[in-house]
Amino acid sequence: MATLTHHESATAEYLELSPKTRKTFISIIVAGVVLLAIGIILAAMNIGGGHEEAGHAASAGAAAHHEGSPIWLKRVIVSLWHSNVFFIGVSAIGTFFVALQYVAYAGWSVVIKRINEAMSAWLLPGGIIMLVVFFLGRHDLFHWTHEGIMTKGSENYDAIIAGKSGFLNLPFYIIRTVVYLAIWWFFSERLRKISLQEDLNGGTEYFHKSINVAALFLVLYAVTSSMSAWDWVMSVDVHWFSTMFGWYVFASWWVSGIAVTTLTAIYLKQAGYLKFLNSNHLHDLGKFMFGFSIFWTYVWFSQFMLIWYANLPEEAVYYNQRLGGFNGAYTWIFFFNLAINFVFPFLLMMTRDAKRQMIMLKIVSIAILIGHWSDFYLMFMPATMKENNGFVIEIGIALIFLGSYLLLFTKRLMQASLVPVNHPFLDESVHHTT
Amino acid sequence: MTKRFALGIFDDEDVLMHAIENVRAAGVKIHEVFTPFPIHGIDDALGIQRSRLPIAAFFYGMCGLAFALWLQIYMLGFDWPMIIGGKPHIALPAFIPVSFELTVFFTCHGMVITFYTISKLYPRWRTPVLDVRSTDDKFVMAIELNDKTDLNNLSKLLRENGASEVNEKEMTKN
Repeated sequence: MATLTHHESATAEYLELSPKTRKTFISIIVAGVVLLAIGIILAAMNIGGGHEEAGHAASAGAAAHHEGSPIWLKRVIVSLWHSNVFFIGVSAIGTFFVALQYVAYAGWSVVIKRINEAMSAWLLPGGIIMLVVFFLGRHDLFHWTHEGIMTKGSENYDAIIAGKSGFLNLPFYIIRTVVYLAIWWFFSERLRKISLQEDLNGGTEYFHKSINVAALFLVLYAVTSSMSAWDWVMSVDVHWFSTMFGWYVFASWWVSGIAVTTLTAIYLKQAGYLKFLNSNHLHDLGKFMFGFSIFWTYVWFSQFMLIWYANLPEEAVYYNQRLGGFNGAYTWIFFFNLAINFVFPFLLMMTRDAKRQMIMLKIVSIAILIGHWSDFYLMFMPATMKENNGFVIEIGIALIFLGSYLLLFTKRLMQASLVPVNHPFLDESVHHTT
Repeated sequence: MTKRFALGIFDDEDVLMHAIENVRAAGVKIHEVFTPFPIHGIDDALGIQRSRLPIAAFFYGMCGLAFALWLQIYMLGFDWPMIIGGKPHIALPAFIPVSFELTVFFTCHGMVITFYTISKLYPRWRTPVLDVRSTDDKFVMAIELNDKTDLNNLSKLLRENGASEVNEKEMTKN
């Protein structure tokens, strides 16, 4: 502990995925497919009653239009979008974390840097899935994409939505989505490439270059993360808006991203990798999880309290649907979110000892990931599925995404040494004490 | 009461850290170490127990929370009920900001007062300084002396472990 002059030479460490682990990932996907099939069968058997019932809530003319897809297909499309937005967000957080550490000249995080770099593996496939789902299923997701909704005189005309046509129109929306994904992907690859070159050649030149790239990325990410939250998440509730929403979604992504980092670091450590990682690094990650769980709650509450207090119909409808609306379909998830995303990490991560123990961090990381996935569930489902929500299809698709994400994530993790051997702050990270 | 100390003066923090380990291993009890800046890991090296201040802080926070809830529920619910924005008299979401603030207020004030008290940093207290150079560029290790201590041996031990000088100092405490 006290031997600050003690040196152990940093050597490259390469992850090798055992066939057993790969099998676990594939069985997660298989379990997801099975759940998805069961869910579709269950939902399709209800089709006679449920489908007709759903239609009569809206006016007859609109109903014919809104119910474009049968319930089971609509659920598949919405949950594809839901899980994909969650995983893309977590991927981008990996790059965001690296960029943040560079700009802050932070040394402690160097030993976990490769995990964050590898997290962005989902950006490209996720982006493709996102565009495909948008083209095929946009009518089930976004009310504003309906035919004639912005055309005066059409029976679907909606003056409020038409007023937003300057921002929410198909060409501009697609351009924006592509631009966000392109920026995130480009900077992830750029930072990764510089880091890999540094491994080969050494020297501080790559470090300074990374800081410039990271600073530019942070500026762009500040804007794109907020705007992507409006586009991908908030515009499903097209009549409603909240100025806190960008932060709210970012807070969800950010704390989930830290949970992924922590969980991966612990699993790698337990598998015998990351020999320089010790409880001091875990302590810092634990502090991040603790702090940003509170940050999420702070943003969540700031949004909730203003709407609750002002009680304006056009704003309060959002919480009306989630608290008691649709025969209380979402009420328990609303309170479950607060419990698992705030109360649970807050109480469990409060003491110093808890933040330094792998088992506690593991429990809290998994809880946070489940909690924030269900936070996104609560953002998407009431607006799109109304009272026809369910869980079997949704969890099945989430598991398919999880398995695929793990396969790509570990593949990228294997492509480089787990220790960035020539990073100028590596020594500081190895001797990190808190 | 007068106490006598042997002061080992060190020039380098790494040397100091090794010296702490070795001096403690030799069975000598270190009274205190004075350094110009905080050194990571020195608490563990000196075997100092973790502060119980966080536990006190938790209870100060609970007091603040209880006070805030009592304040708002009693005032707005019972003593002088008012209708504000059509909400119930006891509207918990509206009470959260004040509860949060008072929890933080009680916690930080309680912690600061407790910390100053146990560190004896209250007003008009004169803090004894064993060697003023510990506020500049020297690291000072203080070892309390009693009648049985062999100063020559101790001096030798400190010098062997890198002390640039070893002084003896008396400190009168009242």
